[in-house]
Amino acid sequence: MRRAHSNRRLIKRHTLATRLAHWGWAVSLLFLLGSGLQIFNAHPVLYIGDQSGFGFDNAILSLGGGGPAWPAWATIPSGVDLATGRIVHFFFAWILVFVLLLWLLGALVSGHLWRNLRLTAQDLRSLGADIRSHARFQFPHRRTYGPLQKLSYAAVLFILFPMVIASGLAMSPGMNAAAPWLPEVLGGRQTARTLHFCVAAALAGFVVLHISMVLLAAPLNQMRAMLTGWYRVDEGE
Amino acid sequence: MYERRITRRTALRLGGAGLATATLGGCKAFDRLADPANPLRRYMERANRLTMAAQRGLLDRDALAQEFQWFDIRQPQRPNGVTNPQDAEYVTHVASGFSDYRLSVSGLVQRPQILSLAELQSMPTRRQITRHDCVEGWSCIAQWTGVPLSTVLERAGLRPGARFVLLRCFDTIERSLSGGIKYYETIDMVDAMHPQTILAFGMNGSALPVPNGAPLRLRVERQLGYKMAKYIRAIEVVDSFSGVGRGRGGYWEDRGYEWYAGI
Repeated sequence: MRRAHSNRRLIKRHTLATRLAHWGWAVSLLFLLGSGLQIFNAHPVLYIGDQSGFGFDNAILSLGGGGPAWPAWATIPSGVDLATGRIVHFFFAWILVFVLLLWLLGALVSGHLWRNLRLTAQDLRSLGADIRSHARFQFPHRRTYGPLQKLSYAAVLFILFPMVIASGLAMSPGMNAAAPWLPEVLGGRQTARTLHFCVAAALAGFVVLHISMVLLAAPLNQMRAMLTGWYRVDEGE
Repeated sequence: MYERRITRRTALRLGGAGLATATLGGCKAFDRLADPANPLRRYMERANRLTMAAQRGLLDRDALAQEFQWFDIRQPQRPNGVTNPQDAEYVTHVASGFSDYRLSVSGLVQRPQILSLAELQSMPTRRQITRHDCVEGWSCIAQWTGVPLSTVLERAGLRPGARFVLLRCFDTIERSLSGGIKYYETIDMVDAMHPQTILAFGMNGSALPVPNGAPLRLRVERQLGYKMAKYIRAIEVVDSFSGVGRGRGGYWEDRGYEWYAGI
């Protein structure tokens, strides 16, 4: 069962910048999701349009039935406390944005983006095989990211993160005066709020999937790689 | 390629990690942040100043909040907070249709004012259809009619050192052992002098109803609802709000909410 590790080489897989960005996002997301559910609990109804229908019906989701929609264990802080939830949320929103901007700048300048995250023709050809091996719970330890890894990381970094930031800002009355087009293109402030919730749910889904992948594909090796940079690759890599 | 199957060990690992994650959220590890004196919370609160600096930097001083059309008003304005003050002075005013109501404007002004509702209504008014955003997350569109706060402040004339406008209200929002706490709120001069910042006495084409803050409420369209004090009794121009309430600039601010509510 256990394979000889001696002929599987250790390589430096993640730079310090990548590791710092990763943990910055990991911590921010944990706090943003927890405080986000706290904020959601203050009015656990989602609508479509500019306003919330009280005299008419434009709600598309109503949770909680009058009480808090999310249980105390899922919210930060655990008790009903919108004020603290907001303080935590905006602090970590700034951290997420700063880390994203710094990472993007560094990844562009260093070539990390081009070298390691760009989807190549070879990636596209091996996409089918990558999907099949994931479906069989086989996770090769390669030097480089596989096509599914590249696609999911790009989706988070270039679709979900920008969308969650834009829909968050679209809820800000101050930002609305500075950029009225923002809630407009998102379909109104309450639609932006609904989108913010959906994108956050997608990010939570990514976190769950990501952690499952790490646990299934040799958690100690993965964890070491993201903490120290050193990663043990398969034979022949 | 090498093979890897889900073994019992992997399954156990997965379960263990899942449990650890749930416990991390489940335990009350972060509840200390709810304490207003917690140093980490106080550090995190500083992000609000960054938000304010960023938004004020992006915003033109007089950039207007989005205004809507009459057909966007699809429902009555949802009232929030205190909706029917039982304070004796206020109840008397309601009974007399606010005929004896006088708004006092004092503090760091050259000419303190005592203004009746009729006097306020005779000043140049502004009418705007805007979206009210509550800190809870909901929004509601209504039309507001009122006199720009800047008009009233210019009539009183600001004295040097005037930095904030303090609104004192009729309504008791909280009863404590030391008596009732009446709502209070502050805004700075950037928002006070903004063209859309009005002392509203009309809503959706009629007189401002009691649940929405009769006879006079504030509209600060670039911030959240809790900045827009209802049932205004008096305006004081101050250089600091350190002596007001617990010193954070408003009733909700003193209970942990941010002073700058542009987000």
